[in-house]
Amino acid sequence: MSDPLLLIGGFLGASVRIATPLLLAATGETVTERSGVINLGLEGMMLAGALAATLGASAVGPWTGLALAVLAGMVLAAVFAAIAIVARADQIIAGTAMTLAAVGLTGTIYREAYGTGGAGLSLPTLAPVAIPGLSRVPLLGPALFVQPVPTYLALLAIPAAWWFFFRTRAGLMLRATGEGAAEARAAGVRTQTVRALATLVGGAFAGLGGATLVLAQVGTFAEGMTAGRGYVAIAIVVLGRWHPLGVAVAALLFGAATALQFVFQAIGLAVPYQLFLMLPYLLTLLALGGAVGRVRAPADLGKG
Amino acid sequence: MLFGVLLLAAGLQLAGYDAVAALGALWRGAFGSWYAFSSATLVRAIPLIIIGLGITLAFRGGALNIGAEGQFYAGAIAATWVGLHVAGRPAAVALPAVLAAAVLAGAAWVVVPVWLQLRYGVLEVISTLLLNFVAGSLVSLMVQGPLQESQHIYPQSDPIAVAARLPVVPGTRLHAGLVLALVAAAGLWYVFARTLWGFRLRAVGAGPRAAAISGQIDARRMTAVALLGSGALAGLAGGIEVSGVSYALFQNLSPGYGFTGIAVALLARLQPLGVVATGLLFGALEAGAGAMQREAGVPAVAVYVVEAVVIVVVLLADSASRQRMARAVV
Amino acid sequence: MRGIVKRFGSVQALRGADFALEAGKLHALLGENGAGKTTLMHVAFGLVRPDAGEIAIAGAPRVVGSPRVARRLGIGMVHQHFTSVPALTVAENVALAAGWPVAPAALSSRVRAVAERFGLPLDPDARAGGLSVALKQRLEIVKALASEARILLLDEPTAVLAPGEADELLRVVRAFTEAGGAAVLITHKLDEALGTADRVTVLRQGSVVFTGPVAGQTAASLAAAMVGDEGARGGVREASPVGPAADAPVVVRLDELEVPRESGYGIAVRRATFSIQAGEIVGVAGVEGNGQRELLRAVAGRLQPLRGRRDVAGPVAFIPEDRTTEGLIPSLTLTENLVLGSRPDEPWIRRGRVDWKVARARTASLLHEFGVSASGPDAPAATLSGGNQQKVVLARELARQPRVVVAENPTRGLDLRATEAIHGRLRDAAVNGAAVLVYSSDLDEVLALAGRLLVASRGSISEVPAGATRARIGELMVTGGR
Repeated sequence: MSDPLLLIGGFLGASVRIATPLLLAATGETVTERSGVINLGLEGMMLAGALAATLGASAVGPWTGLALAVLAGMVLAAVFAAIAIVARADQIIAGTAMTLAAVGLTGTIYREAYGTGGAGLSLPTLAPVAIPGLSRVPLLGPALFVQPVPTYLALLAIPAAWWFFFRTRAGLMLRATGEGAAEARAAGVRTQTVRALATLVGGAFAGLGGATLVLAQVGTFAEGMTAGRGYVAIAIVVLGRWHPLGVAVAALLFGAATALQFVFQAIGLAVPYQLFLMLPYLLTLLALGGAVGRVRAPADLGKG
Repeated sequence: MLFGVLLLAAGLQLAGYDAVAALGALWRGAFGSWYAFSSATLVRAIPLIIIGLGITLAFRGGALNIGAEGQFYAGAIAATWVGLHVAGRPAAVALPAVLAAAVLAGAAWVVVPVWLQLRYGVLEVISTLLLNFVAGSLVSLMVQGPLQESQHIYPQSDPIAVAARLPVVPGTRLHAGLVLALVAAAGLWYVFARTLWGFRLRAVGAGPRAAAISGQIDARRMTAVALLGSGALAGLAGGIEVSGVSYALFQNLSPGYGFTGIAVALLARLQPLGVVATGLLFGALEAGAGAMQREAGVPAVAVYVVEAVVIVVVLLADSASRQRMARAVV
Repeated sequence: MRGIVKRFGSVQALRGADFALEAGKLHALLGENGAGKTTLMHVAFGLVRPDAGEIAIAGAPRVVGSPRVARRLGIGMVHQHFTSVPALTVAENVALAAGWPVAPAALSSRVRAVAERFGLPLDPDARAGGLSVALKQRLEIVKALASEARILLLDEPTAVLAPGEADELLRVVRAFTEAGGAAVLITHKLDEALGTADRVTVLRQGSVVFTGPVAGQTAASLAAAMVGDEGARGGVREASPVGPAADAPVVVRLDELEVPRESGYGIAVRRATFSIQAGEIVGVAGVEGNGQRELLRAVAGRLQPLRGRRDVAGPVAFIPEDRTTEGLIPSLTLTENLVLGSRPDEPWIRRGRVDWKVARARTASLLHEFGVSASGPDAPAATLSGGNQQKVVLARELARQPRVVVAENPTRGLDLRATEAIHGRLRDAAVNGAAVLVYSSDLDEVLALAGRLLVASRGSISEVPAGATRARIGELMVTGGR
């Protein structure tokens, strides 16, 4: 039986690490949804980012992988924006189609690139980097400050997003677009441009999230490896009430829920692993039911 | 559809495949022989048609059911369980029992999203979607646990009782589920075109506020019923797949029928009779995809891209016509 | 502005209109609904591009391509529909409109300062959506002023205000012009033009028929200019209202009715008690948001009351305010729209099935009877003009000879001819023995139609004594008779 303090510390660290891709995608989606666009293609963009990261990392290196992932996410986001924003088609169906396309494209490209053998475990990955000083803080130190770089990016994104939404003019224009697009237009805001840009940002973050999954967690690519994380990210945005801090807490909760299985393993409880697989989704449903009653989405969310 | 196929051909060519050979394999796999048509295309078309009908019902009623995949699995699980326990009964009892269980399970799988929608206003898009993943894990749990075959070696169930299987056209894999699919399509058509209830449902989907205020229709309840019906149909598809094709439960029983079903419904412009045609089309596509992979080495998942393109094209066309109509007001 | 021409589809909105505004002057722009006043000002504000014509500001020719350009040129517009984002605060809305930086504390005090300087105090941290109608309007003006507008365009600003609030508003606008600003007041109310403006321009069917100083004009001369020679009337004032027979049965009775807000939070109507006889037209006056919407919907059976009694002699025909989202389903055909709300005893319903042939025939005859111009019973409702759409709604509701008719702003946005047609139908319904309950945010319309008048003020419904003056009615609208 391992030292309980070590167990908790490990649990916290795992929670943060697992939460990172969710947090990245959710932060991006918060920006998107605050402008009034619901992007169900998030899942596909994460997957595309994961594949792009795999290709980039094996070709050049992990940082190239990250950059390519962001690009991949943005490309898909651009297509989605063209359909759902410029052409004003139904956002939800368009997003679902995007994810479908991404699954097909990533599967095809992956088989093309790696054949039936798969990418294997030979990818250069991003190892955790300890922040001097802070990482020595008991309990929280190793959990928060000995993490791969994308985690730090995700953590930094939280205050950055908050500041953007509530302290900048651009953020005000974004919020106005999401809460009242017609009124925002009357005030001179170019709502279509705002929405398109917000969608691109969301795609970039999603791609980054997918890259993190490959380069800082799993270490390789598998078809459909995102397994619904993109949708969980959307639920996290709802749970976090479209506020960066809330989203961060919700993401962490999910990371914790998934990390729970390691705790159980360490303790020695034999629970079928499928239950842990189901847990995040069931938790989401529960939380959505509990939270949404009193929660108010951006007023123009989903409308063309 | 044509656009999608052309895009596929272009993509394949770019990727270094022999597009002509690939498309040829696709065609042969779908229509090349009676066997191909009946046992590959039609067999795949059946669940697509039924799920497509379910999605049509939901969408027309104003509910976006993206969880057909999960509801399909729920039906499959129920059908398998019943199918394993009716060994001694005659077919006239066993078969309906299996299918009824599948229908109920599919509806039950959508009850939670319906309740969340009615009580808390949770977007059914997200709730139905999330349950897909839960269903997938549930199947895995079942076939490695309570429903695992008696030798406990493979993650799949025992074959279900013979009495619980759908009759098959001799010499093919085509099963009586086709009849059910066609009956369901005709039934849904009749409901929409001729009944008052069906009209009210269409009104709710087309204009929920006006339906509630001027039509004095309980919009939320009708949408909920549509969702339940949609889940029931998806569950039925799962049950039919078990009872007519696989005779057992295992993971990945569905190659994404729940999502392809959306393309089927949309391409048919949410018309029940059209769903039969588009279900057939997509069945052909997926049947051909297998052949394409075998013969031309093109990964079958490429087909998803075609489906996505189809959805997008329909969406764009819809959007354009809506905007044209708005401009035409005097 | 010189020679402005604008056409929307098949409608010629402006035919070479000229308009000149001077600094320090309040200029009234008069005309009936559909005369082109709003369009002309939208051109000035950059919301609409003219097909021909030019604009010059302070002598220099300008192209006003968008509201942004207009704002930079010092033009501000206060629209009929509020353009503040409801979910944001007052301060945020001002910052958005005026381009001010967003630092919260500094912004708050800056907004407060501007508002008070112009005599329009506002709470910067209040949510814009929760403001009363008069305050929302105030916010619109503050937004324009904060953007340093020297030219203010006001589109029917008093349409939604009680008489007292309207006077207040006009005083503020006069103060603005006296300080050197220029203002255009779009209105269809003659007394506003005569009472407050320096100059007046009258538009009729897209052309300017008169422009000049207000001094020397009378209500009659202006009305004649607005309407042409088809008998000068002072706006929408028609034949005297219909009254019920003394022994007509009571068809609607409300007793201590309490109705919640549609959102579910809070009470919209408190202890409403009144009755309506067959053949009566009862009007409801009130500034929007004081409970009249909920009251009407409760009477119509479309909104559940919390307490009290509601006795109605039969099903109620309801004509909702918003025809495209509440009255009709635009994507469905006219036949389908008429089948909406069918009762099981209709001739085209047989044991749960719809006989579309019968329904289509009925639709065709109703279209003819109500004078709806459409391509046929299978035309999608979206292809009809606003006036025709409203006629379809009326056809559906009135064709069943209902005993009770409830109408909410039935002529909103319609031109004079359509308005008269609708009024005629409502009067006919009353003559045929129905009890009619009508609300309009245009007080004149209610006065023209109704025999009896109720006032809704902050949820309490009170009856206006016969012979009350406009001023008294205005008072009741604001104070509720307390």
